[in-house]
Amino acid sequence: MTVSETAQRRPILFHAAALASGVIFGAGLAVSGMIHPQKVKAFLNLSLIRSGQWDPSLAIVLAMAVIITMGALRVAHRRRRPLAAASFSQPHARRVDGELVIGAAIFGIGWGLAGLCPGPALADLVSTFPSILLFLGAMLAGMTLVHVWRLRARRQSAPVEEVET
Amino acid sequence: MFGFSPVSAAVGGAMIGLGVALLWIVNGRVCGVSNIFGSIVSGNWADLGWRLLFIAGLPLGAAAALLIGPDLFADMAPGLPELGMSPALLLGSGLLVGIGAALARGCTSGHGVFGLANLSLRSFVAVGVFMATAVLTVVVAGA
Repeated sequence: MTVSETAQRRPILFHAAALASGVIFGAGLAVSGMIHPQKVKAFLNLSLIRSGQWDPSLAIVLAMAVIITMGALRVAHRRRRPLAAASFSQPHARRVDGELVIGAAIFGIGWGLAGLCPGPALADLVSTFPSILLFLGAMLAGMTLVHVWRLRARRQSAPVEEVET
Repeated sequence: MFGFSPVSAAVGGAMIGLGVALLWIVNGRVCGVSNIFGSIVSGNWADLGWRLLFIAGLPLGAAAALLIGPDLFADMAPGLPELGMSPALLLGSGLLVGIGAALARGCTSGHGVFGLANLSLRSFVAVGVFMATAVLTVVVAGA
């Protein structure tokens, strides 16, 4: 997501919360079973519905995560700023454009092929090191490729606006 | 084999939401794992520290949950995660996931969790598209 980043107010709390967030998120991925690529694929494979072997767990995981996050957004809405930062770093991309649709389509193909997306791939370092590094390295290379491509495109077009990505 | 696991799915999903909530309420940051990870290379120095801490937390949290979780939730998927994929498949799918998440500016967490909760039109479109292509890919390639 494109976000404009704001300054940290309380560095120790800020960093402790980042670590805690990662730990809780990673634990949630493990408890829900989403760290198993096979379980993710058992959700995506809708052809399993006929044989009764389809696993709808991922839908429950997503729904619960969204509901809790909605609550957090409501809580945050009443605050002027976060506990440890100067302001909320709101995503500022608004339009539905080609990059979004094509990117999501490519992402889905990769996700379906492996049953891995970024969060679970990182959490899988717990037991699939070092082979998971192939996935993570390729993923970082792909991200960096897009970043470099965007920088070039921006430099070639006239400096109309300076958007921080 | 894995089967429907409603209890651990609900608890684990709520924990994922709590992680996202914490990063938003305390740090004011969107918990988008692809952005946090990709910005290790392309982001600014001031934000490198918390990003590395968040990323280190993911396998740490997973390890703790794999130790304790099965005793608490009977339907939690057993065993450690295994990839069971060829190196070529890992490289190819990783590249697609990286390019796609960067172009779409978000993945299953940024668009799927935060974006949907934030009622972002971009995220509803992204989730609809990547769910569709992922299902098609698994049905065609997998099975």
